[in-house]
Amino acid sequence: MKSATSFSRSGTSDWLAQRVSAVILAVYFVVIVGWLLLAGEVSYEAWHSFMTCTAMKVFTLLALLSLAAHSWVGLWTVTTDYMTTRQMGASANFLRLIVQIGMALVIFVYVVWGIMILWGN
Amino acid sequence: MKSNRPVNLSLGMVLEVNMKSPVAMASILHRISGIIVFLLIPVLLYILQGSLASEESFAAIKDSVFGGFIGRFVVFVALAGLIYHFFAGIKHLVMDFGVAEELQSGRTMATVTIAVAAVFIALAFFWVVL
Repeated sequence: MKSATSFSRSGTSDWLAQRVSAVILAVYFVVIVGWLLLAGEVSYEAWHSFMTCTAMKVFTLLALLSLAAHSWVGLWTVTTDYMTTRQMGASANFLRLIVQIGMALVIFVYVVWGIMILWGN
Repeated sequence: MKSNRPVNLSLGMVLEVNMKSPVAMASILHRISGIIVFLLIPVLLYILQGSLASEESFAAIKDSVFGGFIGRFVVFVALAGLIYHFFAGIKHLVMDFGVAEELQSGRTMATVTIAVAAVFIALAFFWVVL
């Protein structure tokens, strides 16, 4: 039986999405932290021109979408591991679905918020 | 067929067994750090938004978030979660290639991951909080 809540309805696709998004997020993390370390005392001009150049805006959008996929697969795995009928009793399936719907809404807000920061106005 | 395998272990028993295993510790910390980072994404987005909106809001973020201990500490927690998750993720990707899948090599790899992450988290503490 296929899960109705997994990211791509396929374990193999989820596995791959988790890894591709992980690599994108890892590189993004290193780029941001690396820039901050090299910059030393950060000025608004330098930070603003770095983060709003087209390349970084596209990279940030890619990171946001990767975050969405990555956190969904990760939290889906955690919730399906621990929020089970064996651990929590009969209400677990219902509670897990509620939590997962909540997760989806939070992830949606993160993506929209991130897009508004960089692409709004 | 009756199985004697215990099903419901107390949390104390689970911790007692798993605290001895670096593999188990590396794994559960990967999960916990992921949840922490996910919950602190609003803080990071808030800082990103303020730091980019205008010169005034950039200064305000510098003042309100990075001006006091609490703000710096919250940023440090997010950074610590990211650092651990980063190294545990690299461990995971390396293991996808069939490396360190035996008992001893797996334990070594888990111990090294935790140690390396701890060093970078300590450095992050000096960088952000102090």
